[in-house]
Amino acid sequence: MPQNPAERRVVVTGPPRRTRRVSGYYRPRTEIDEQTTLGHTYVRSLMRTQLRTALAVLAVLGLLVGPLPLLFAAMPHARHLEWAVLGFGLYAPLVLLARWFVRRAERNERDFVRLVEDR
Amino acid sequence: MNSSYAVPAVALVVLATVLVGAFGLRISRTTSDFYVASRTVGPRLNAAAISGEYLSAASFLGIAGLVLVQGPEMLWYPVGYTAGYLVLLLFVAAPLRRSGAYTLPDFAEARLSSQAVRRLAGAFVVGTGWLYLLPQLQGAGLTLTVLTGAPDSLGGLIVAVVVVAIVAAGGMRSITFVQAFQYWLKLTALLVPALFLILAWQGDGAPSRAFDEPATFRERSVVRVDDTLDLTLDRPLTVTVSGTIDGRAHDNDRLRLPAGTHRVEDGTRLTFAKGGDVPERDRGAGGDLSPSQAESRGERPLYATYGLILATFLGTMGLPHVVVRFYTSPHGVAARRTTVAVLGLIGAFYLLPPVYGALGRLYAPELTLSGDADAAVLLLPDRVIGGLGGDLLGALIAGGAFAAFLSTASGLTMAVAGVLTQDVLPSRGVRHFRLGTVLAMAVPLAASVLVGGLPVADAVGLAFAVSASSFCPLLVLGIWWRRLTPPGAAAGMLVGGGSALLAVAATMAGFPGAGALHALLAWPALWSVPLGFLTMVLVSLATPGRVPAGTAAILARFHLPEDLRAEVKA
Repeated sequence: MPQNPAERRVVVTGPPRRTRRVSGYYRPRTEIDEQTTLGHTYVRSLMRTQLRTALAVLAVLGLLVGPLPLLFAAMPHARHLEWAVLGFGLYAPLVLLARWFVRRAERNERDFVRLVEDR
Repeated sequence: MNSSYAVPAVALVVLATVLVGAFGLRISRTTSDFYVASRTVGPRLNAAAISGEYLSAASFLGIAGLVLVQGPEMLWYPVGYTAGYLVLLLFVAAPLRRSGAYTLPDFAEARLSSQAVRRLAGAFVVGTGWLYLLPQLQGAGLTLTVLTGAPDSLGGLIVAVVVVAIVAAGGMRSITFVQAFQYWLKLTALLVPALFLILAWQGDGAPSRAFDEPATFRERSVVRVDDTLDLTLDRPLTVTVSGTIDGRAHDNDRLRLPAGTHRVEDGTRLTFAKGGDVPERDRGAGGDLSPSQAESRGERPLYATYGLILATFLGTMGLPHVVVRFYTSPHGVAARRTTVAVLGLIGAFYLLPPVYGALGRLYAPELTLSGDADAAVLLLPDRVIGGLGGDLLGALIAGGAFAAFLSTASGLTMAVAGVLTQDVLPSRGVRHFRLGTVLAMAVPLAASVLVGGLPVADAVGLAFAVSASSFCPLLVLGIWWRRLTPPGAAAGMLVGGGSALLAVAATMAGFPGAGALHALLAWPALWSVPLGFLTMVLVSLATPGRVPAGTAAILARFHLPEDLRAEVKA
């Protein structure tokens, strides 16, 4: 069997071709990893921008929701207000905050991509 | 309540769930399909699926029951459940999807490259998942009992069998279709009866006493007390009694009860006059769906409210069935947009439970006494509209309630089974996933049969508090802080989550009687969340040598937009 050269060639050439294809498939991610170690500070700046946006929205949420229990405790006779605000009033602001955040976050990412491409 | 329509409605929901699941099964072909629906689920379908999964029995029945008993402060629950998704969106959604991990343990391992932290996170996922499954099964039992008088555990058993069959057969892909279908089913099942109820209420002259405090009886009402209970009266109450009060037997006697606490034995019938206040019930251990720590909020309402807000706002991101869902989005941007759609969908749904709660206070105030407050949503159509229309609407609600149990239970089972398969059972593969599914459901089912009457509903609040103090620090610090170390993460999860777990367990066991300590233990989030964060940060700072080597590259993967990867690929 080993004396047959044709069969041997088939066995030996097979695996490398497959390996090359697999590594080609994963190449983008490897390159990104390399790029990130180079552009370390760029990633940091993106993270900082995104975190700042998130914290800003969280602060708005805190200011919106935080005082409410105190307010209701201070006005025990305003039951109608409590029903209206907690039952129906808060969901729309939450959705609007979320939409605003997504728009900001996506814009931050677009700006970042543009910055990296220009370089 | 007439069960001749409700039983077919429940059967129809179960059947439709199986059919939609089978439809997903036909296109669930690869292993990737099975676990994460091949990561190709678009925002709209995925958002409906996430919402369908999230709106559990507690949302469908529990909130209205709580509002009925406790008043509008309980509306903080749905607000918190929704705002939790906003916090999740801000800090976790896109990076979590980009991390490429499938479960929370996967995330812990990818971020910290530590098997120990992975195993710890896995233990917390399985624990929270089981805690959350328990009330789903018990809720199913309660619903079936209210509808048909069937034994308590039957409903749970039905849900368990259907869920295991769907999850084991179709995995994530079929679950996605099932969940999306069930969101719309649940919304319809609550919206249509609500519209009719509001019309009936307007036809009734739109009385607005529901908003008054306390609730009052609109007409002469007879209440049959099923469980022995303690009534607390602020002022004397005149009532006609057949049965036993304060150890004395009465037969249709008109009594004037002085202010104070009175013990009413089970089987007693109380007749209240029209216009009287509904007395408040002291609840030690009600086996209801409603998170019953609510009842321990009496003495420090402000502290309890803030504890509730913190637990729900920060706990959502760590719930195992919520997290798994993010891996089914195709990319980080889609994960964000999906979350916004989810906020809209669950926000729309949560407009409805307050309607039922308010109408319940108006038309069925005696439910607070009979201990069936969680059944208020099921009983209202019969009470307000009555006749054939009331029966049909009641059947619709019953079907929706079952959809709620089925969808949340399948999501949780999926998440718990995923962890069990990957970290506990020996080898990987779809066959072992099926074994994991059976195991994931068997434990809470056994527990729900065994512990029966215990206040397991506390489990929902407990799950949120534990998740907020263990997974929230892990996710937020893991995604945004470079200096997190494996020992820090492990210590933070153990100290934060562990102390929250112990605190609520002590409350459930009835350890401290009353006072400040009791409130602190019943609502641990306010101190256990900062404790978890602080431990994680301090231990990480104390072990600077243990920062994993690839941290910079991993964080870059979490935060880099997909556009950039596409550019590189081209």
